Amino acid sequence: MSSDAIAIEKLGKRYTIGARQLGNTTFRESLTSMMLAPWRRFRHLSGHADDATQFWALQDVSFTVGVGEVIGIVGPNGAGKSTLLKILSRITAPTTGFVDLTGRVSSLLEVGTGFHPELTGRENVFLNGAILGMYRTEIRRKFDAIVAFAELEAFIDTPVKHYSSGMFVRLAFSVAAHLDPEILIVDEVLSVGDVHFRNRCLGRMQDLRSEGRTVLFVSHDLTSVRQLCTRALLLSAGRVVDDGTPGDVTRRYEQQHHDGAVQSGAVDRAHPPRGYHLRRVELRNTSGTATSRFDAGETMEIHLWASGPAPENSYTVEFKLLNDDDHVVSFGAANPVQNTYYRAEDQHFVCRVGPLPLTEGAYALSFSVGVWNVARWDAWSKAIGFTIERCDLFNTGHGISNVHDGDFVLPQQWLVGP
Amino acid sequence: MLVVPVSQPARRTLRLEAPRSWQMLNLAELREYRELLFFFVWRDVKVRYKQTVLGALWAVIQPLLTTFFFALLFGRFGGMSRQVSGPYALHVFVGMMPWTFFSNAVTLAANSMVGSSHLITKVYFPRILVPASSIVSSLVDFAISFLVLAVMMAAYGVAPTWRIVTMPLFVAGTIIAATGAGVLFAALIVTYRDVRYVLTFVIQLWLFASPVLYTLDIIPPQYRWWYAINPIAGMISGFRTSLLGGPFPLGVIAISTIATAILAFVGVRYFLQVERRFADVI
Repeated sequence: MSSDAIAIEKLGKRYTIGARQLGNTTFRESLTSMMLAPWRRFRHLSGHADDATQFWALQDVSFTVGVGEVIGIVGPNGAGKSTLLKILSRITAPTTGFVDLTGRVSSLLEVGTGFHPELTGRENVFLNGAILGMYRTEIRRKFDAIVAFAELEAFIDTPVKHYSSGMFVRLAFSVAAHLDPEILIVDEVLSVGDVHFRNRCLGRMQDLRSEGRTVLFVSHDLTSVRQLCTRALLLSAGRVVDDGTPGDVTRRYEQQHHDGAVQSGAVDRAHPPRGYHLRRVELRNTSGTATSRFDAGETMEIHLWASGPAPENSYTVEFKLLNDDDHVVSFGAANPVQNTYYRAEDQHFVCRVGPLPLTEGAYALSFSVGVWNVARWDAWSKAIGFTIERCDLFNTGHGISNVHDGDFVLPQQWLVGP
Repeated sequence: MLVVPVSQPARRTLRLEAPRSWQMLNLAELREYRELLFFFVWRDVKVRYKQTVLGALWAVIQPLLTTFFFALLFGRFGGMSRQVSGPYALHVFVGMMPWTFFSNAVTLAANSMVGSSHLITKVYFPRILVPASSIVSSLVDFAISFLVLAVMMAAYGVAPTWRIVTMPLFVAGTIIAATGAGVLFAALIVTYRDVRYVLTFVIQLWLFASPVLYTLDIIPPQYRWWYAINPIAGMISGFRTSLLGGPFPLGVIAISTIATAILAFVGVRYFLQVERRFADVI
C-alpha cells in the first residue's frame, strides 16, 4: 500500500436499463421475464446481445489522490460524477475494478437527510450524529459546540418540523461540520442554501484543507473548484479525460463545453424507434441561425421534423420545458393551446416561443406527437438542451439566475400608494 | 448535510469492489454499527408514540380489545372455550402476545426499506439495520404486554409453573422467525412493490394457520407435522405451555424450530444477495 488516501483502479459501473427501473416492476412482470429468460439467453449466446439495455456510467476510471490533496471532479451532466460519488460513499457497488480508501472517511451527499420532523433539534443532533458515524459519547461531548455553531440554543427542544428551512440547514450543517474525517467526499452541497451558508461550507472546507485532510469534491461550480482545490479532474462519458491543475482543467472544460453547446443547436435523434417518429430538432434565433444559446426576452423558433406520413390527420405536437433539475416547468401544444391541427402529410413543425421569460441557466425540451388525449405516437424525451445566457429583463445590470430566483420572471407591475 | 462513515477505525484500508456472489453477514461491522441500531430503534419508538394521546397505552389496549372480542365471539358464542382447559380469554391473550409481536414486526420490517429509501440512497450503513430496528422496536410493545399478562394471570388466579424458565427460548424463536420473514419481505418489496399487498393477505391467513385462537388439539394428528412447518406454530404453542402449563408439544416445537432456522437463513441470505442492488432500484 502506498501513502495514497484514495486509490482507484480500473473502476467501472454498468447499469442495465431494465434493472434501473426495477423499482417499478411487479412480481407478475418478473415472472413473465423469468419464463422468457431461456429465449433471451439463447439470443444472447447466438450473438444478439442487446447493447441498448446496458449502459456504462463509469468505465476504466483510474486515479489516485494523495494524503492532503483537495481534488475537484468536474464534468457535464451524465459524465458519471454522481455514480463515482455513490461508489465512493458505498451506496452502490462498482461492476469492475476497485477503490482503496485509507483513513477514516466521511461522505457528504446532502443537507439534512436522516432528520426526522417529529423529533426535536436535540434528538435530531443525536440521531444524525449516529448516522454520520459518531459515537454517542462523541456527540455528547460536542453537543454544546454543535448547538452554538448553529445558533439554535433557544430552539433546540422544539420539534424540527417547526423550524424554518434556514434553521434546519444550519443545524444539519453544524452536525456535519463537527466530524473530523481524514478523507472527506463532498457533493455539490455548496450550491444549496443562501450565500451565508455557502460561505460557511467553503470556510469549513478551507479549514480541512489547511489541516492537511484529503478532500474529494464533486461540483458543477468551476469557481469554487478553482478556489478550493489543489488538483482537478474532468470526467466525460464515464471516463477521465483530463487531470491537472484546477485552472488548466476548468479552462479546457469551459472551452469544450462552450463549443459543444453551440453545435447542439440542432440534434438528430440517435436511436429513433421504428415506425412514425420525430427525427430532428433545431432551435433557431430570430436571425434564423441554429443555436442553443439565448437571452431572456428573445424569441426562439423550434423546428421539428418527423419521418412521415403520420398515421392520422388532425393531430398535435407538444413540447415540455424542463429546468436543470429535470422538472417540467412549462408546456406547449399545437392544440388545444392554439387551435392548430396538423395533417398526415406534414413532416416539419415550427413553433415560435417568446419572448422567453426564463432566468439564466440550462433548460431542455421534450417532444411528443399524437392525437390530443387519445394517442401518443412518439415521444422524444430531453431531445435538445439550451441555455439562457443573460437574463436582465428589468435592465438593472444584474443577471437573474435560476439558482436563486426560480425559472421564470413573471410580468409585473408595482403600485405605490398611501 | 450528511456525513457517512465509510470506515470507522483510522489508518485502515477499505477496499470497495464488486460484491462476491456469496455474501455473509459481516458481524464485526454490525458490532461497529450497534449504536446506530439503537438510535434507529429509539427514533421508531419515539416517533410512534409522539403524536398519540395515549402513548404506550396503545400497546396495552390493542391486544386487550382483540382478546376481549375473540373471547366473546369464539369462546362464549362459538363455544370454543370448552376445548381449552383454563380461562379462554387468558388462552387467547397468551397466544395474541407473540402473534401481535410477530405480525407487527414482520409488517413494519417489510415496509421499512422502502420507507427509508431517502437514507439508503444517501448514506452507507449495513442495510439490515433498517428491518432489524423495526423488529427490535416492536419488542417494546411485546414487553409492555407482559405487564398486562401478569395482571391477567393474577386476576384469573393462574400461577406459572417451572415451565416458565423455557419461555425466553420461545420468545427468542419468535424473534428469529419474525426477522427471517421480515427481512425476506423487505427485500422482496424493494424489488417487487406488489408484494406489499400480498403481505397483508399472507399475515391474515397466517393468523388462522397459527394456534392463537385454538389449540393444537383441533389439528388432526396426521396433519400436525405439516402444520408445524409454520415456524411460529411451535413458538406460540411452546410460549403458551411455558406460561399456562400442560405438556409441551415437543414434536411440533422441533419441526417449527427447524422451519424457523431455515426461514431466518433464507431471509437473511436473500436480503444480503439483493442488498447491493437496493440503492439502484429503490
